[in-house]
Amino acid sequence: MPAHPEFVAAFEAALRGGPLPAGVLAQDAAEAARRFAVYRNNGAVSLSEALGSRFPVIRQLVGASFFAALARAYLETSRPRSPVLAEWGASFAAFLEHFPPLAAYPYLGDVARIEYARGRAFHAADAPPVDPRALAGADPDRVRLGLHPSVHLLDCAYPAVSIWMRNQPGAQPAPLESGPQTALILRDPAFQVPVRALGPGDAALLHALMAGATLTRAADMAQQRQAGHEPQPLLVSLMQSGAITEARE
Amino acid sequence: MPTACLPDLPGVGFKPDHFAAIRADAAGIGFFEVHAENYMGAGGLPHAQLAALRADHPLSIHGVGLSIGGPGRLDADHLARLRRLCARYQPESFSEHLAWSSHGAEFLNDLLPLPYTEETLRLVCDHVDQVQEALGLRMALENPATYLCFSQSTIPETAFLAEVSARTGCGLLLDVNNVFVSCTNHRTDARAWLADFPLDRVTEIHLGGHETEHLPSGPLLIDSHGRAVADPVWALFAEVIAKAGPRPTLVEWDNDLPAWPVLAAEAARAGQVLAAGRGAGLARAS
Repeated sequence: MPAHPEFVAAFEAALRGGPLPAGVLAQDAAEAARRFAVYRNNGAVSLSEALGSRFPVIRQLVGASFFAALARAYLETSRPRSPVLAEWGASFAAFLEHFPPLAAYPYLGDVARIEYARGRAFHAADAPPVDPRALAGADPDRVRLGLHPSVHLLDCAYPAVSIWMRNQPGAQPAPLESGPQTALILRDPAFQVPVRALGPGDAALLHALMAGATLTRAADMAQQRQAGHEPQPLLVSLMQSGAITEARE
Repeated sequence: MPTACLPDLPGVGFKPDHFAAIRADAAGIGFFEVHAENYMGAGGLPHAQLAALRADHPLSIHGVGLSIGGPGRLDADHLARLRRLCARYQPESFSEHLAWSSHGAEFLNDLLPLPYTEETLRLVCDHVDQVQEALGLRMALENPATYLCFSQSTIPETAFLAEVSARTGCGLLLDVNNVFVSCTNHRTDARAWLADFPLDRVTEIHLGGHETEHLPSGPLLIDSHGRAVADPVWALFAEVIAKAGPRPTLVEWDNDLPAWPVLAAEAARAGQVLAAGRGAGLARAS
């Protein structure tokens, strides 16, 4: 009879707070508990720190000690499913939105989505920028743009970009926006991952481009959303960030 | 099976915060080691830095998530990630731990202990075979820092590791701090542990710092990698090198990171011990 699966199952149950596994050698029960506590602590603390490093603004907003409790609660239902911790935390935003003690802070979910997207952008695949001449010579009625794998566009119900910015190191206090914001997240050529809020026209333009619309069609959609919208500034900014990787007709 | 080799010099665990300082001055550093799981994203800064380091230095890839001491089969997805990483960077060494870190599909992010029995010996050997076959290289297995012993164990840790190495051909990564931590915690003699350990199978050495707690029965040392290497660990390391000859030796410092010169000075101290051991030593088992 293999004994190891049962041993590991009992050890893991004890990590969650169950009785210590059979066979632990120690001077007495109190010492066994102290020794086992090293393992309980190592796993919980290291995962809480890993979560905090993925969601530093959430940690700052709720405070370090509340965040540690939050991480323990999240771990009960959502331990990492792989040793690649950079992939962990996809469900953290939804968890925050449904965590009863945080019901008065409904914007935290959007802030967490921005932080998760920044992590994805940081690790996204590399892709060289398009040759600017290819874009300059393209027919706007036919050309469709490929965007860098790090580009994320998030429609937030709350002014989460402003909240995120106010909680960056060295940020100046600024009056908070109200209402929804669309967040643009991308990794620039210096590997920085800035976050910016897009106005309604820019957001419509980029949504359309990411959905595969031609430049003309995307500009039309931006016009419908925001009369008089000019697509040029956002396109130039995306070019400068290396975010346009393809222009195909 | 191709056997690349790290140089018998001091190495340092690479931290992105040190990248610029390392590019300015890596004098005396014989190799860098990275945790495999930190380089499993598709692209971006981690790979840009690792590619630059790898171009100029020997590289050790050290896994912390394969759960070699766990029951059942190894995680095929994770093994595939490791294969891609090793194929991309062609490290001189790949190593993992005698420990388990996953339960079912869940990753626990710690190196957890196992009883040493005929059953777990077969299991660990099967897993090491599987890793070496999948990666196409000879891996090294590291002795753990432990806080508990189990009545189920029937094989001493040293004999267990020696037998895994003999059966699978894997190298052994000797973590001298882990020896000191475990032996102190279990009220046994680190020198006796080292006397029983097959030093001729050692392909790499780790040195790191630990924290001290106190139990009624004596100290409980915690393997924290958050401070300088302790003096008793330096003394054991010097004895190992005098006996075995110089080996690639990594200084690990993962938490409460110091400035680069502090870490480089720890590596230089290891380098002095290695230099003093040149000419001494054992033939290496292949």
